[in-house]
Amino acid sequence: MTREFTCILCPNGCLIETEYDPAPASEGAPVIRSVSGNLCPRGAEYVRQELIDPRRTIATSILVIGGELPLASVRLTAPIPKNRIMDVMAEIRRYKVTAPVYAGTVVIHDIFGLGSDVIVTKTVEAIASSGKAE
Amino acid sequence: MIERRSVDALIVGGGPAGLAAAVGLWNNGIHDILIVEREKHLGGILRQCIHDGFGLTQFGMTLSGPEYARKYIDDVVRMGIPFITNTTVLSVSPSRIVTVASPDGMIRYEAKAVILTMGCRERTRGALAIPGERPTGVFTAGVAQAYINLYNRMPAREVIILGSGDIGMIMARRLTLEGAHVQAVFEVMPYPAGLPRNVEQCLNDYNIPLYLSHTATKIHGSDRLTGVTISEVDADLKPIPGTEKEYSCDTLILSVGLIPENELSLEAGVKLDPRTRGAYVDEHYMTNIDGIFAAGNVLHVHDLVDYVSLEAERLAAYAASYIKDGSLPPCPLPVACGENVGHVLPQRISGTSNVQISLRVRQPLQNCRIVVMQDDREVFTRRMRKAIPAEMIQLNIPASKLSSQGGLTVMAVCENE
Repeated sequence: MTREFTCILCPNGCLIETEYDPAPASEGAPVIRSVSGNLCPRGAEYVRQELIDPRRTIATSILVIGGELPLASVRLTAPIPKNRIMDVMAEIRRYKVTAPVYAGTVVIHDIFGLGSDVIVTKTVEAIASSGKAE
Repeated sequence: MIERRSVDALIVGGGPAGLAAAVGLWNNGIHDILIVEREKHLGGILRQCIHDGFGLTQFGMTLSGPEYARKYIDDVVRMGIPFITNTTVLSVSPSRIVTVASPDGMIRYEAKAVILTMGCRERTRGALAIPGERPTGVFTAGVAQAYINLYNRMPAREVIILGSGDIGMIMARRLTLEGAHVQAVFEVMPYPAGLPRNVEQCLNDYNIPLYLSHTATKIHGSDRLTGVTISEVDADLKPIPGTEKEYSCDTLILSVGLIPENELSLEAGVKLDPRTRGAYVDEHYMTNIDGIFAAGNVLHVHDLVDYVSLEAERLAAYAASYIKDGSLPPCPLPVACGENVGHVLPQRISGTSNVQISLRVRQPLQNCRIVVMQDDREVFTRRMRKAIPAEMIQLNIPASKLSSQGGLTVMAVCENE
């Protein structure tokens, strides 16, 4: 089979033409015959990952109680299987944090055992404090 | 009575360009700096860009917007670079008098150098002149992004997106994650406006269709938006009668272009290039007004924030020399756009120093060469398998290739073989 992939690992967005034999109906991984069009080796690895287990990171926000802002942005530290994105969103939505909350803080460790943490990406000070950048 | 102060470098805007310029000036020995920011916090538009993908070039890792901004803000704070927030610059004069309205009142700064880093604004519905009433529910992508990511307000349930700019596609994904239904993205051009990776990870991943060569021709509803009529367009981008299709929706997100925010620049006498809608600058990022510099999205709309930071860092090195020496080498040689090139920057160079040229192509090209000519002499060439308008192309031309005589022309030449 041939398939074109748009690599999402960097802004180059290489269009990677791939020839592969699909995995047999029972199990096993597809066999990649050739990849072309990628500007770097990570493109070939991206294609391999897409064929066996496509993964993505997501970013969203969580509610902050008593903060100078209503939300703190969060992201995943490692990509998760694409088909778990909506579960992970629903789980993150259940969480609230109390200000002050600092960028880098882990809100959920190893979410659903997927090997990815949910971390805060924006520092939100408590409502009374002021004068700090951000 | 307006208070008067003096400062070596006054930076208008504390977004990614302003922050990188401040840190760059500091590292080049200029410590009498002031960053003026109109919002409550430093960071600019990055504060609402919570998605990741920033920082690959600058930091070798993929960060969210707030994390990327934080890296520069931490430097600013650690170095002790002065900044004032909640403060609006009211005017910049050609003699570099900057008047600001701060919480402490009006202050007039006399600056040796003024660094313009105001960023850009979004094109709005007004610029498109779509017929219909003025219901609520029509937002630019950045406004929807601010509602969701900063203010915790969900502005949409059933969504149509007009324009395939990067922010529009990123909002298609963001709205989907927050439970809205994004029906489709419509793009007037025959190719996507944003980067291919965003078509993939923001639209394809969520089964959101992208229709090229389509535009909105009517907006329905009077209080709240109830629907949008979409038409196909012909080669001249004119709607084709008979192709109208009505989509029922409560929200129309516009991602139809960004415009450098240059009202202050114009008042200072800065001349703008109609192609970039930013200042004409020389290779030192100095505008036609002595001592007034510009970088980042106020100069030309960038594809990546990393390149904004790098541009502002280059500006800072030149502005530091200017502040120390009172002048910079003359840049008499014009740089012109040739075949297939939409805009080019800087517009004037010295011909005696290394120079970085930024450009965008006019339309998608395959198997082309980016060529820089000085008079009839080829001084640079780069082969590209593909070149797209969504991507800013940057070339480094060493001084050794240049002559101090003769203008440059930058072109993209296709090989039809």
